[in-house]
Amino acid sequence: MIPFDFEYYLPGSVEHAIQQFQNLDQQGKNPMYYGGGTEIISMARMANISTGAVIDIKDIPQCKVLEFQEDHLVIGAGVTLTQIHESNLYPLLAQAGARVADHTIQNKITLGGNLCGTIIYREAVLPLLLADSEVVLAGPVGCKTLPINQIFKERMQLNKGEFIVQVRTLQSFLSCPYVHVKRTKEDKIHYPLLTICAIQVGNQVRTAFSGVCDFPFRSQEMESELNNSSLTVEQRVDNAITITPGLIPSNLEGSAGYRKFILRNLLISILYTLEA
Amino acid sequence: MEQMLGEGLIELKVNGENRKALVRPADTLLYALRERLGLTGAKPGCENGDCGACTVLVDGWPIKSCLILAVEAVGHEVTTIEGLNNAPIQKAFVEKFAFQCGYCTPGFIMNCQGLINIHPDASDQVMHDWLQSNICRCTSYQEIGEAIKSVLHSSEA
Amino acid sequence: MEFLSIGKDVIRKDAWEKVTGRATYSADVSSPGILHGVLVTSTCAHGKIKSIDYVEASNMPGVKAVLTGDYYPILTGSVLEDHPPLAAGKVRYYGEPVAIVVARSEAEASAAATRIKVYYEKLPTVDSPSAAIKPDSPLVHEHLDQYKKAIPEVYPEANSNIVHLVKIRKGDMNQGWMDSDITVEGTYSLPYADHIAMETRSARAEILPDEQIVIHTSSQSPFAVRKLISQNFGVDLGKVVVHVPLVGGGYGGKAAVQLEYLAVMASQAVGGQPVMITNTREQDMAGSPSKLALEAIVKLGAKKNGTLTAGEYTFIVGTGAYADSGPRMTNSMAMSCTGPYKLDNVWCDAYCVYTNHTYATSFRGFGHTSCTFAVERTMDKLAALLNIDPLELRRKNAITPGETTPTQVVLTPSNLGDVPACLDKLKMLINWDEGVCIDMGNSRIRAKGVACLWKTSNSPTDAFASAVVTFNSDGSANLQVGAVEIGPSTRTTLAQILAERLRLDIDRIHIDMEVNTRTSPHDWKTVASMSTFLVGRAVEEAANDAIRQILSLAAMAIRCSPEDLALDSGRVYVKDNPNFYVDYATIVHGFKYPNGNTVGSQVIGRGTYVMPHLSPMDRETGKGKPGPYLTPGAQAVEIELNTADYTYRILKAATVLDAGKVLNPKSARGLVMGAMGMGLGLGSRESFIYDQQQELQNTSLRTYKVLRIGEQPEYLVNWVETPNAIGPYGARGLAEHGIIGIHAALVNALSRAAGVELDQVPVIPELIWEKIEESKP
Repeated sequence: MIPFDFEYYLPGSVEHAIQQFQNLDQQGKNPMYYGGGTEIISMARMANISTGAVIDIKDIPQCKVLEFQEDHLVIGAGVTLTQIHESNLYPLLAQAGARVADHTIQNKITLGGNLCGTIIYREAVLPLLLADSEVVLAGPVGCKTLPINQIFKERMQLNKGEFIVQVRTLQSFLSCPYVHVKRTKEDKIHYPLLTICAIQVGNQVRTAFSGVCDFPFRSQEMESELNNSSLTVEQRVDNAITITPGLIPSNLEGSAGYRKFILRNLLISILYTLEA
Repeated sequence: MEQMLGEGLIELKVNGENRKALVRPADTLLYALRERLGLTGAKPGCENGDCGACTVLVDGWPIKSCLILAVEAVGHEVTTIEGLNNAPIQKAFVEKFAFQCGYCTPGFIMNCQGLINIHPDASDQVMHDWLQSNICRCTSYQEIGEAIKSVLHSSEA
Repeated sequence: MEFLSIGKDVIRKDAWEKVTGRATYSADVSSPGILHGVLVTSTCAHGKIKSIDYVEASNMPGVKAVLTGDYYPILTGSVLEDHPPLAAGKVRYYGEPVAIVVARSEAEASAAATRIKVYYEKLPTVDSPSAAIKPDSPLVHEHLDQYKKAIPEVYPEANSNIVHLVKIRKGDMNQGWMDSDITVEGTYSLPYADHIAMETRSARAEILPDEQIVIHTSSQSPFAVRKLISQNFGVDLGKVVVHVPLVGGGYGGKAAVQLEYLAVMASQAVGGQPVMITNTREQDMAGSPSKLALEAIVKLGAKKNGTLTAGEYTFIVGTGAYADSGPRMTNSMAMSCTGPYKLDNVWCDAYCVYTNHTYATSFRGFGHTSCTFAVERTMDKLAALLNIDPLELRRKNAITPGETTPTQVVLTPSNLGDVPACLDKLKMLINWDEGVCIDMGNSRIRAKGVACLWKTSNSPTDAFASAVVTFNSDGSANLQVGAVEIGPSTRTTLAQILAERLRLDIDRIHIDMEVNTRTSPHDWKTVASMSTFLVGRAVEEAANDAIRQILSLAAMAIRCSPEDLALDSGRVYVKDNPNFYVDYATIVHGFKYPNGNTVGSQVIGRGTYVMPHLSPMDRETGKGKPGPYLTPGAQAVEIELNTADYTYRILKAATVLDAGKVLNPKSARGLVMGAMGMGLGLGSRESFIYDQQQELQNTSLRTYKVLRIGEQPEYLVNWVETPNAIGPYGARGLAEHGIIGIHAALVNALSRAAGVELDQVPVIPELIWEKIEESKP
């Protein structure tokens, strides 16, 4: 039972959504954009968030798109992880999404929701970081398209009143050789101990991580170590894991030491797989 | 429903019937079904999306009714365990002894029913991916696996 | 005569209501007239309550009352009265209820509950069972010696955290050590964990104008609820009515009385109106009672040939912040401390101690699950030292009739069953001889582990149950019993026993799923895997009583002596001419002669049964007879460990129990498999995780993990059937035994595969990694 009241809005257009946000914000209602709502509902129940109004973006036509537009795969922010998985248009994203929460919740979690979530793992972002995807944002000053590697720094860097409308990914990335591995403390349905996505573009390996730091990331520095062909795979991996962009955390899912142990093993096996 | 500002009546299509329910915008579908429509087959087990006991079908897909607002379900087809009528999966659960206390059973059956409708030829892997959304604390799951497998791949479904 | 129902896979009586959503549980009733109580729980594990500010909450819309610990200060407890249902003065665990908000709707009560501010002054915490018995430990209860004992056999120590100490002294330990060629010792720890019944606890209470208290609750012990509510609220026993519909899983956790007190207080505060309190999952885990913790030291002495000569067991049982049934479970561990092995010299000290954690209550296995881990891990260490096959070592020491238990009960085939036969069957079932540790290559090692178990109940010596059978004019029968249907198909099994006795088709036996303490015959509690035995015997008695009446009526109808008659298929017939008969329908509401004269009327059979010859354990030696008979068994697990990252798969789990007689094979198999699944969860992932301040970190099923479909092994179940002379059709209890040895078998297998001693649960991959890292030079 959510212990407070909020208003519910279901706008039919991007403009309407933006306008409602601004109005509600002016009324002091601390509005929130609402996708699948799974995180908002569970956090609201525990009174960990509070809002006077939610704006459900699932009825906005652009947010429901799942199709190719010219050479881009376009996925609306309101598309569910299950729809992405069932369509299998971007197999790596399909797989990464299929390991977020559980299957039934994937029927509700949207791509936009996972990218903007407060839970630190946000695993759906990893394939997008690797494929240099673009994010279409809408906000009070209009729409803009930005590279995800620019707008996603630890988390989506959205300005007040902005929301993700779509994510666009160049078709050529969708068929790159890839690896997705998720390890948990013990149980399949669980937050990651760590999740690694990797693709091979030409002869370069790209990697993105969740659970390795307190935020998901792709690191150019780590990638250049991992692609340093003058060293053995083991040496490259050992070098890469010393330069993670943040501290490797110890938390309920596991200690930093164990994470490092698993990270090293997985990276070695991923490099061998992709280079084979 | 374009907006809902406070407690009010919404119209839900549940098990083929249009029903009116008095809810707050912040009330979940689980609450509306149980407390407003008397459909107590969907069970609260965690209200956090973790256990699956409240699973219902929305437009044919299993959804944890604790993680969807009642107002979000307006305009969609909701099917609860009460909407099944002698479905093969119900019979299979009985025959395979696929429950003990029975509390998780409606949620499990609805998830099974969704899978049977959408992927009647699901592999064991897909079946596990789907049903891992639900927790049963009494059985060993072996019985539940046997029950759904007896319906999947059969023309009866 | 061939069995009609017994030994058959009878479909559960509640099957169709459960697969259609019609089955009704406690919280499935809503009515606009019911008020909602929402609990405010402690965010501090040990602290003085400085103040509670509920002014704002009281003024919120719909709020009818706010109650805190001073509203109705009572101390409750089924063993020791140490527990205020609402914290008074101080809190002793994270999650402890400190206030109740009662409002018109759940939304209003929840909203108001978020506005209540509780101010604590933190106190030093007692962090573990072993820390609790240190001389300088903080005290969880300052006035332990002033608490009233609810039963005489509990021995709290003043100015300590020790609630209870039980001792076993059997034989001569000096002799035992002298006779040994080798000794082995192990130290073990098992954490607090939770039952995780899928239905969270829910209770509703109403006080009628004539002072009657009516309670609806999800409880395993409606008659205990009635008694304790009557005592604590000063209302005549008969004026308390407890209704229990179907219960969504108990596993011992719903045997404790908690929300019922709170619901009655809440109802009192609003002039007797009905108030419902339903736990959220977080409250159910953190606030309502959980599974005990254990720290154990086991030391065994043996001859070179493997014969055990001495066993020394120290158990420190964490019961959390309140005693509840912790002392009883401590007794239970002590009385079974050796496991099913022949040991003439036994010493056990079992302490039950307070810590600042969620208090513990009965949990499937009633302590045995925990102590068996310590014993069976030590048996494996002994086997390794002696270089004897671990299954062979157990087989060699398996206890047999003529020996005695740690509490000096003399064993017979009937009260013990056949331990060696269980091991022999298990050996085949798990294919033990193919090898217990096989390197599969590619960083994969397969290993097997084994464990034995035994358990009897540890019930009050006057625990009894009753049953009533009434007949309908169509010749069918209605069975009334007080056992709650918490999941194991108890009420269907009882119907099978009645059907068999009355020689009626099972479809002609009707039984409701609800218990009502005013109309249902008494039953001690639905616990301890005792219902089939205890209530089953009462059902047999009731059937016998009904049969006497039926035969006497039939004798008048057929005009012969009752001795010449027999029953079958709903008829009474003349033994030497089965074609000469009357249907039950003709006589069970009286027999009407052709001229209209009628003799007799409704047949009503009554039966009752009390646990025979039980006696409490002696304070100094433990001597006594705590349970009516034992159910023994043997279990094995096969795992595959990935030595690259220490993840593992559980491939097979096998159990052989001496069931006496299997009454419903499919149900029995399901119970044993389900219990194994729960045990594998405890062994592989389940535990409460506390931070430095002893605040519970994993209060939801998102972070407290249980087994899911697809993670389960292949389950193998088989039976030995050594009749229990006093059980219905020879049956022994078996509902919880599948859990007892399974995590020991799992961890024995994992220790073997990993090559390190794993002496705690849960064994997650990281633990194996840690132990291997530690073992590196």
